[in-house]
Amino acid sequence: MAHIVAKKALAKLAETCYRSTHFTKQEVEGLLHVFRDLQTSKKGKDEMKMDRATFREVLHYTFAMTDDILMDRVFRGFDQDNDSYVSAQEWVQGLSVFLRGTMEEKMKYCFEVYDLNSDGYISREEMFSMLKNTLAKQPTEEDPDEGIKDLVEITLKKMDHDHDSRLSYSDYKTSVETEPLLLEVFGPCLPAAKQVHAFTATFSDTCTDYY
Amino acid sequence: MQLLNMSLQHISKEVRLTPAAVNSEVKLLQSFSGDDRDKTVLKSIQYTSDYEFNNGCRAPPWRQVHGDICYVVIKPHDTDLLSVSASTAGVYINGGFEKENFSDLKHDREGEIYKDLVTLLKEKSAVFAENIAKQDFTLREDETTGNQYDIMDSGDEGDGDNTHRTNEDAKKDSKEPQKADKQKSNLKKTGKDRTPRKQPQPSLKWKNLGLGEEADEKKEEKDQIREGSAGKKEKKKVTVQESKGRVHPVIKGRKSKTPAQDQEDTFSESSTESEEEEESPDRRQEANSDLPSEYWQIQKLVKYLKGGNQTATIIALCSMRDFNLTQETCQLAIRDVGGLEVLINLLDTEEIKCKIGSLKILKEISHNAQIRRAIADLGGLQTMVKILKSPDKDLKCLAAETIANVAKFRRARRTVRQHGGIKKLVGLLDCGPLGSVPMTPEVEKDIEVARCGALALWSCSKSTKNKQAIRKAGGIPLLARLLKSSHENMLIPVVGTLQECASEQSYRLAIRTEGMIEDLVTNLRSENQVLQMHCASAIFKCAEEKETRDLVRQYGGLDPLVSLLDKSDNKELLAAATGAIWKCAISPENVERFQELKAIEKLVSLLQHQPEEVLVNVVGALGECAQEPQNRMSIRKAGGIPPLVNLLTGTNQSLLVNVTKAVGACATETENMTIIDRLDGVRLLWSLLKNQNPEVQASAAWAICPCIENAKDAGEMVRSFVGGLELIVSLLKSEHKEVLASVCAAIANIAKDEENLAVITDHGVVPMLAKLTNTTDDKLRRHLAEAIARCCMWGNNRVAFGEANAVAPLVRYLKSPDESVHRATAQALFQLSRDPENCITMHNAGVVKLLLDMVGSTDEALQEAAAGCIGNIRRLALANEKAKYP
Repeated sequence: MAHIVAKKALAKLAETCYRSTHFTKQEVEGLLHVFRDLQTSKKGKDEMKMDRATFREVLHYTFAMTDDILMDRVFRGFDQDNDSYVSAQEWVQGLSVFLRGTMEEKMKYCFEVYDLNSDGYISREEMFSMLKNTLAKQPTEEDPDEGIKDLVEITLKKMDHDHDSRLSYSDYKTSVETEPLLLEVFGPCLPAAKQVHAFTATFSDTCTDYY
Repeated sequence: MQLLNMSLQHISKEVRLTPAAVNSEVKLLQSFSGDDRDKTVLKSIQYTSDYEFNNGCRAPPWRQVHGDICYVVIKPHDTDLLSVSASTAGVYINGGFEKENFSDLKHDREGEIYKDLVTLLKEKSAVFAENIAKQDFTLREDETTGNQYDIMDSGDEGDGDNTHRTNEDAKKDSKEPQKADKQKSNLKKTGKDRTPRKQPQPSLKWKNLGLGEEADEKKEEKDQIREGSAGKKEKKKVTVQESKGRVHPVIKGRKSKTPAQDQEDTFSESSTESEEEEESPDRRQEANSDLPSEYWQIQKLVKYLKGGNQTATIIALCSMRDFNLTQETCQLAIRDVGGLEVLINLLDTEEIKCKIGSLKILKEISHNAQIRRAIADLGGLQTMVKILKSPDKDLKCLAAETIANVAKFRRARRTVRQHGGIKKLVGLLDCGPLGSVPMTPEVEKDIEVARCGALALWSCSKSTKNKQAIRKAGGIPLLARLLKSSHENMLIPVVGTLQECASEQSYRLAIRTEGMIEDLVTNLRSENQVLQMHCASAIFKCAEEKETRDLVRQYGGLDPLVSLLDKSDNKELLAAATGAIWKCAISPENVERFQELKAIEKLVSLLQHQPEEVLVNVVGALGECAQEPQNRMSIRKAGGIPPLVNLLTGTNQSLLVNVTKAVGACATETENMTIIDRLDGVRLLWSLLKNQNPEVQASAAWAICPCIENAKDAGEMVRSFVGGLELIVSLLKSEHKEVLASVCAAIANIAKDEENLAVITDHGVVPMLAKLTNTTDDKLRRHLAEAIARCCMWGNNRVAFGEANAVAPLVRYLKSPDESVHRATAQALFQLSRDPENCITMHNAGVVKLLLDMVGSTDEALQEAAAGCIGNIRRLALANEKAKYP
C-alpha cells in the first residue's frame, strides 16, 4: 500500500518538475526511482533527501569523479538551497544540466563549480588549489609548485581577457566559446559521454545506440 | 665500442664486392687519372675488355664461375703496369698478360686480396697514396648529386597523378630547405669517407670537410660513438665509419667490403629516404645554439603533457594551439622536444578531450612534410584509423582530416590501407540525406564527417591499390550521392577523389553508369575555380570512352568547357579544361558543337605563351578537331598553322605526339600544306623520326604521309632532306608495331616518286619489308602490303620480294578479317604476279580460291586487283601449256 502511495507521489513530483528539465516525464520518474533506490539501499528510510556522502559516492562510482574539492563543489552545485542535502527536485534539476545541459547551462554550472568561494571570480589561488594535483611530482624540481604556478599563469594568459588576473564569467565564457575543450579547464566536473550513456540507460529507454 | 667493432666485423664478412661497386670505382679513378703527376692519382686505368655482360661483369663467363668480375690494367705514376683482377672476394694483382695483346691472362693470384682498388693502389703506388691523401687533384666530372632527390620526389607521388597540383607544389616548397640539408649531410658523409670512390663532389668541399677531419679527430670519435649507437643495424653508417679509419686495413681472405654498398643505400628505396630526412634536421638543431623562444615554451608544455593528468594535459594542449602552428619552427620544435610521441600516445588513451586536443594540433602541424613522416614512423596512422570508428563525431572528423594531411606520401597511404583505414573512411561517407529539411545539428555533423572522410580518401586515392580498396568498400555510390551536394567544401574533395580515381577503367565506367557525369557537368558552371578544375579533369579522364563523351554533350557540358578557355590566368584550370575538350573532341558530334561555339579560334589563340601541360591538351584538341575538313580551314584562318609547326621543335614527348598528329591532319588540306611547306614543317617532321620515343617516331611518320601526298613537288622535297630516305628506311628495324606501320605508310607514299623509290631500293628497303611480312598485326599488314605494292614498281624489286620469301605470307593476309588489308594485299599480289616465279609461289599457297572470293567484293579496287592477279596467274598457266603442247 505504502508502495503505491510512494509511486503516486513520485509521479506527481515528476509531473510538476519535468517541464523545467531536458527530460521527459517518464525519464523524470525513472530518475526519481533511481534517487529513491539510492536512498533506501543506504539507510532504509524513505526520506527524499540525499546527504553529501551518498552523493559523493554516486559521483565517484557512477560518474568516475575523484577530485575531492570538485566533488564537494559539484554537490554544492546540486544543492541549490544550501541545506547540505540534495532534494529530489534538486537531483532532477542538477542531472538535467549534468546529462543533457546545453553549452550555456554547462558553462554556468562549471563556472559555479570552479568559483570556490562563490564570489563571481576564479582567482589565482582558486586555480592553484584546483590544479595542484594535476602534475606528477618531479623530484628534480626545486620548487614542487613551480609547475602548478606556471600552469596557472598559462591558463590566465589564455583565458583572462580583461587582464585583471582573475577569471570572470565573461572571461571564461569567451574562452570556452572559442575553445570548447576549456569547458572543464580546472578538472572534470561533468560526466564523460560514456558514463552519460551508461547512466541514461538505467532510467530511460529512449537512448540511442552509443556504439 | 667493443660491441660496435664486433658488429662491424660481422657485417664486413657478409659484404662482398659487386660488379656495380667495381664499375663505379673504376669510373671514378678514371676521372682522376691523367698525365699530371701532381694533380692526378694515376696515369691511366682501363678494362681489358670493353664488352660488359648483362650482369655487369666483364670477365668471360668461364671465369665468372670463379667469382671474377673484371680485369683492369692500371698505370700508376711511379710503378710498372699493374694487372688486377676484381672478383667478388676482393681485388688482387694477377699474373699479368702473356703478351701485350691481352689475350692470355694468368689468373693466378699474386699477393694479397684487398677490399677495393683504392686500398690496393695505396699499397702498390706511393704517388697514389700521397695524392689521394692530399685530395687536391682536379676533378674532371661534374657534380651529379641532386638528381636522386628528384627521383625520390617522383617516387613519392609516383602513383598519383599530375593534377591536384596545389598541394604538391606546396609540399615541394616545404621540402626545399630539407633538400639542402640532406645534401649537406651527404657531403659530410662523403667527406668522412675521404676516398674518391663516392660520387664526384667538388674538391673544395672535400678540403673543408674531409681534411678537417684529421684536425679534430676527437670530435669525430664522438660522432662515431653517436652514430654507432644510433644505428648499428645500418650498413650505410658502418661503411662510413670503417672507411674513416686512418689506415686502410688489408682484409685478408674472403673478407671484403664494398664501397658501393654506401651508394646503393643512399640511392635505394624510400625507407632510407625517410631516415635521412629525419637525420638532417636533428643535426641542424644541435648545431644551432640560439633557438627561438618558442622552442623552450613548447618544450615546457610538452613536459606538462607528459607529466600532467587530464586537466593539465588539456591546458597544455590548448596553450600549444596558441602558437603559430603553421610556422615550421614551431612544428619542428614540437617534434624535436618529443612532443609528437606524446601527442600520438594521447590518441591511445580513453580521454576524448585529450584526443581531440591532440588531433587539433596534429592536424595543423601535419601540413609539414617532415612531421608527416614522423607521425607515420611513430605509428600515428594506425591509431588514427582506429579513432575513425569512435562514436564521437568531432573526433572522427579530426582524425580523418589529419589522415588527409599525413597520407600525402606513398608509405602513409599504404599504412592507411593495410590497417583497414580505407574501409572506415568510406564508412564515414555514409551520412544522412544531404538536403533533409529541417537541417538538424545532428545531420549537419554527419555531413561534416562525410566531408572529412572524403578529404582523407582524396589523399589516399593517389595510390592505385587504394583506388581499388575504395571501390571494393563500396565507396563509389556514396561518392555519387555526395556529389549531389551543393557545398563547395564538400564537392571539392569528392570530385578530387573521383578525378584521381578516374585513371582506373572501373571508375570511369562507374562514374558514367552512376550518373555522375551530369553532376560533374553541373559543377563545371560553379563559381569556384578549384572545383571547376577538378570537374574538368574528371571529364578529361572519363571522356576516354565514347558513351561518356556523348553524355557530356547531352548534359550540355561542352559549352561551359569552352567558356573555361577564357580563364587563361589559371593555368591548372586551363590545362584541365583543354584536356577535357581534347578528349571530348574525339567524338565528331562534339566537334560539331565545338565548331558552333567557336572553340577552334579560342584553342588556336592558346597555342602561344602557355605552359606545356596546357599546350599538350590544346594541340591534342586541335588534332582531333582537324579530322573535320572544315576545321582544318578554320585552323588556317585563325593563323594556327605557324604556331603548330613552331611547336615541332619542342622536346616534350607527349606534346610532340600531339603536334605531329595535328600537323598531319592539317596537311591533308592542300592550302594548309603550302603553309607547312613554306615553314619547312616537313623537314621538322622528318627530323622527329630521329626522336628516341617510338610514339613520336610513329606519329611523325604518320604526319609525313599526307604531307607527301599533298605537297607540290613532293619527290623533290623528300630528296632534299639529306640522309632522310636512309633514316626512314632504317626505322623498319624498329620493334614497335605502330612505328613499323607508320613507316610503311610513309614509304608507300615516298615510293610514288620513281627516283626516290630507286634510292630507297638502294638502301635495302625490299629485304627489310620482306622480313616484316610474317606479322599478324592487321594495321601493319595493310600498310606493309601497300608499301610492297608500290615498291614493286622499280627494277627487279618484284623478283627480289619473291626471293626474300615475301609472297607466301602475303597470301595469308587475304584470310584476315580486315577488308582494307584485303585491298592492299590484292594490289601487292597483283604487282608481284607479274613475275612468273611469284605466280607459282602464290598458286602453291592457294591464292586462287581466296582471290576468286575477292573478285565478288563490292570494293572496286579490290575487285580489280584480285582479277588482275588471277589474270596474270592464268596467263602464265596458259603460256605453260602452250610451251608443253606446241
